Amino acid sequence: MKQTISVLVENQAGVLNKITSLFSKRAFNIDSLAVGVTDDPTLSRITIIVDSGNSVVEQVEKQLNKLVDVVKVRTLSEHAMIGRELLLIKVSATTSTRPDIMTMCQICGAKVVDITPSTVTMEIANTPEIVTSFEEMMRPYGIMETARTGMIALQKGANKI
Amino acid sequence: MKVTATKAIMECLLEQDVDTVFGYPGGTILNVYDELYRYKDKINHILTAHEQGAAHAADGYARATGKVGVCFATSGPGATNLTTGIATAYLDSSPVVFITCNVGETLLGKDAFQEVDITGIAMPITKATFLVREASQIPDVMRQAFAIAACGRPGPVLIDFLKNVTNPDQLVDYEFIPYKENRSCEAIKKLNFSHDLSSPEVNQEDVDKLVEMISESERPFIVCGGGVVRGRAHKEFREFAEKLDAPVAITVMGGGGFPGDHELTSGMIGMHGSTASNTACSKCDLLIAVGCRFSDRVALNPNTFAAQAKIVQIDIDRAEIDKNVLTDHHIIGSAKKVLEMLDAKLPQYHHPEWKKEILPLREPSEAPDLGRFTPQQIMETIRVNAPKDTIVATDVGQHQMWAIKYLHFEYPGQLLTSGGFGTMGFGLGAAIGASLGCPDKRVIHITGDGCFRMNCNELATVEHYGLPIITVIFNNGTLGMVRQWQNLIYGKRFSETTLDRGPDFVKLAEAYGLNGRRVNNVEDMKNVLEEALKADKATVIDCRLDINELVSPMVAAGHDITDFLLNEGGRA
Repeated sequence: MKQTISVLVENQAGVLNKITSLFSKRAFNIDSLAVGVTDDPTLSRITIIVDSGNSVVEQVEKQLNKLVDVVKVRTLSEHAMIGRELLLIKVSATTSTRPDIMTMCQICGAKVVDITPSTVTMEIANTPEIVTSFEEMMRPYGIMETARTGMIALQKGANKI
Repeated sequence: MKVTATKAIMECLLEQDVDTVFGYPGGTILNVYDELYRYKDKINHILTAHEQGAAHAADGYARATGKVGVCFATSGPGATNLTTGIATAYLDSSPVVFITCNVGETLLGKDAFQEVDITGIAMPITKATFLVREASQIPDVMRQAFAIAACGRPGPVLIDFLKNVTNPDQLVDYEFIPYKENRSCEAIKKLNFSHDLSSPEVNQEDVDKLVEMISESERPFIVCGGGVVRGRAHKEFREFAEKLDAPVAITVMGGGGFPGDHELTSGMIGMHGSTASNTACSKCDLLIAVGCRFSDRVALNPNTFAAQAKIVQIDIDRAEIDKNVLTDHHIIGSAKKVLEMLDAKLPQYHHPEWKKEILPLREPSEAPDLGRFTPQQIMETIRVNAPKDTIVATDVGQHQMWAIKYLHFEYPGQLLTSGGFGTMGFGLGAAIGASLGCPDKRVIHITGDGCFRMNCNELATVEHYGLPIITVIFNNGTLGMVRQWQNLIYGKRFSETTLDRGPDFVKLAEAYGLNGRRVNNVEDMKNVLEEALKADKATVIDCRLDINELVSPMVAAGHDITDFLLNEGGRA
């Protein structure tokens, strides 16, 4: 089961390492991870997606809470959060395929960020499912390269961690 | 007031009432040692033979005194030599602040001479690590390190100062704040933002629920774990056990948490647990574990552990709850606080039937005459002849199990043993730390020939500082515990466990300027121990034992707790 863990940490060297080592110590894989500074420059938010059972996540959450650099930890429920990923995708394009690509782009809410006679590069920010389906739609045109961030997430409504 | 960086380090140690430091100097930590030279009438530095010995000594000092231990080492190999000692302290929740220095900022990350990323290496075996790159951080980091090491579930913390930070031209704003007051200084307040440094508040409802569970129980059973020892909660625990009138098992780390000769003691629990404790575990209807994390040496098979019982865990560390064994109820808090609250609520219970079922299964403490010189006879000699409050430091293996089985411990800090990490070579360093921390007490170091060979270089430290430590070597010419597994599980294929080699431990002791004695029978043991207890210098007693001695009972790893591979007194 995919679970989203949101961790507020001190914005300092080595903190990310401490967090990820808790996962590697128990030999389980992080599906995705995104880190960025928050509105308070002394704090960073790390969003971690893991694919494992409840008890494992609960254990890691408790261990995370013990780290000195960790300020807060929260496992986010799928229904009560907004999650977004960003994908940059470069596909081959010819005069004949370009209009189709542009249409698809519009339908899916992606944006063209670079264009050459033989390529189109687009960005899309959406839920992991929509980002994945957009990537699948682009596959027939010939994907040259992609870069995808881990998901970042916030709780819905006025809740904050 | 502006002071030099190294003076700030020394003053911060004095703030914490540190008067003893263990360590070993080297290139990058020279500035700190230069300052130490000026502080030598306030801070007693103990120079060991090896950094590992210093680490174990600081750990042993912390365990014996209940204070935070302090250990210095230089960069690179000095720092890596500490790591076994750091991990040993971490697994047994012993508060030690390790201070290392690293190469200067301009050389950092360039594979300079004696450079190693010790904060990276120590990360998984410490509560926290600090890399100090600016002198101005020194007071905050020092105060935070000591606070973290001692708070909640204690443990080691490592501070790594870059050499340039300790240079004589580095000045720091510093004001002496005694540690009782520095809990309210900014640095500690900032820590408190994410970490409550005081013990967690105990939930009264959780306590009430346990009181109710106890009232419904007919066969309660208590496990005394390391948390009782670290929390110095032995008095509260004793009152609890006596009110409950139930058998008490003592884990390896729990030694000293409950008197070994108390009428309710059922002995050790787990792999080498007594028949009484392991039987009680499988028959009880309520198991209350205090400060015990159900390690794989206690709950060998977590699925069948105390299968008939409701399991209740009392622990200061929330992360231990349900980690190894799923519990029915838990209380978060220090053992002392929780037990105080329980004691206040509990009426006096009587469980005569249940006690009669379990406690007679205990093996008698007196050593039987088997016609040969046995480990149990040595232990009995020590138990009867050494002062009751003697501190015992052990290494790891058969002798460790025998010590815990046959000696009786009464107070926290009386038994110093590496229960979690199982570090061979821990004992002598720990004994040195205890001897310096508790100069009014006798310290006996119990070891095997394999373990002793690992760190016997610390005899030089014992001799130099005139510590009257008695080392008793259970010399069976083999790595006994590994041989025991080979004997019982590996078809008697004794692969690389026979130690048919030197040195002559008596001559070795004499070479270090200490007394050395060899003992082959129980009468000699009595005489030699008596002589050693009177001597004003350390004695090494080399006890020659049969190579096939076994620790019994034994349950194989992963098996049910009463599925004995070897019964009490069993032979291979």
